Amino acid sequence: MHLAYPTVVAALLFSVGVYGVLARRNAILVLMSVELMLNAVNLNLVTFDMRFRDRLHGGQVLTLFTIVIAAAEVGLGLAIVLLVYRNRRMVDVDRLRELAESDDAPDEETGSEPGTEPGAEPVEEAAP
Amino acid sequence: MSGQEIVFTLLGVVAVGAGIMVVTTRRLVHAALWLVLSFGALAGGYLVLTAEFVAWVQVLIYVGAVVVLLLFGIMLTRAPIGDSADLDSGNRWAAAAVAVATAALLVTVMVMGFRDERMPLRAGGGSASELGASVFRTWVLPFEVLSVLLLASLVGAIVLSRTDIGPRLPGRRKGRG
Repeated sequence: MHLAYPTVVAALLFSVGVYGVLARRNAILVLMSVELMLNAVNLNLVTFDMRFRDRLHGGQVLTLFTIVIAAAEVGLGLAIVLLVYRNRRMVDVDRLRELAESDDAPDEETGSEPGTEPGAEPVEEAAP
Repeated sequence: MSGQEIVFTLLGVVAVGAGIMVVTTRRLVHAALWLVLSFGALAGGYLVLTAEFVAWVQVLIYVGAVVVLLLFGIMLTRAPIGDSADLDSGNRWAAAAVAVATAALLVTVMVMGFRDERMPLRAGGGSASELGASVFRTWVLPFEVLSVLLLASLVGAIVLSRTDIGPRLPGRRKGRG
């Protein structure tokens, strides 16, 4: 089998994942795109394991490890997304700009949800 | 073009096409279902590459567990079932440009690098017995470390999603979870 086929498929899948991470606003869709990118990496690992006839099967074992890490990542990521949803009532990554370093702080999320999370407000770190 | 290459090309087209549908569809639930198709086609690709055990693990964990977890996330965040108008952000054209540039770069590198490389495909290289022996002989320490990592992430997910444990916040109401 020609080696170009699986590597090209993996490259295209990775770029689709890059587009999804950059262009989507819903946090769960961003997680799905990250899964697409991880799958592209897995395909490359399996391909080169088969290409080099690895006696220790390093590529395939690393693929299994990547799958496990992806499962752990999506579990933790969804827990964080649910926590964000519980506090903000939305999972829109474009509007979660609390940690952004910008002068023009957007007013809509500080004004729209008053008092939903009083413990998370930085009390001491007022603006200089 | 051999039969393996034809089958792999078809599966790759399905996988990439379903991936494109995942990142462009306007319905959240449909995105998760397209993800099932993409992962399934990729599992078929693993089968063509004679990595049987990885293919079944892919079906079990990705198609079985991860997509179900994502569907649970979609439902728990009260996502709309029908069309959502604002799933794409405003910088999607910049994102498309970056993605096309990435694809062009990677495909060029891969095609130029491996234009006349061929790989031998012999059955049995990825069977469960060989991979199991490899995992439990050579890679047993990373395997154990990974199990600890999985346990830690599980505990972390439970701690994050439960509301009745953790530090007591001053404004937290009782019985919200």
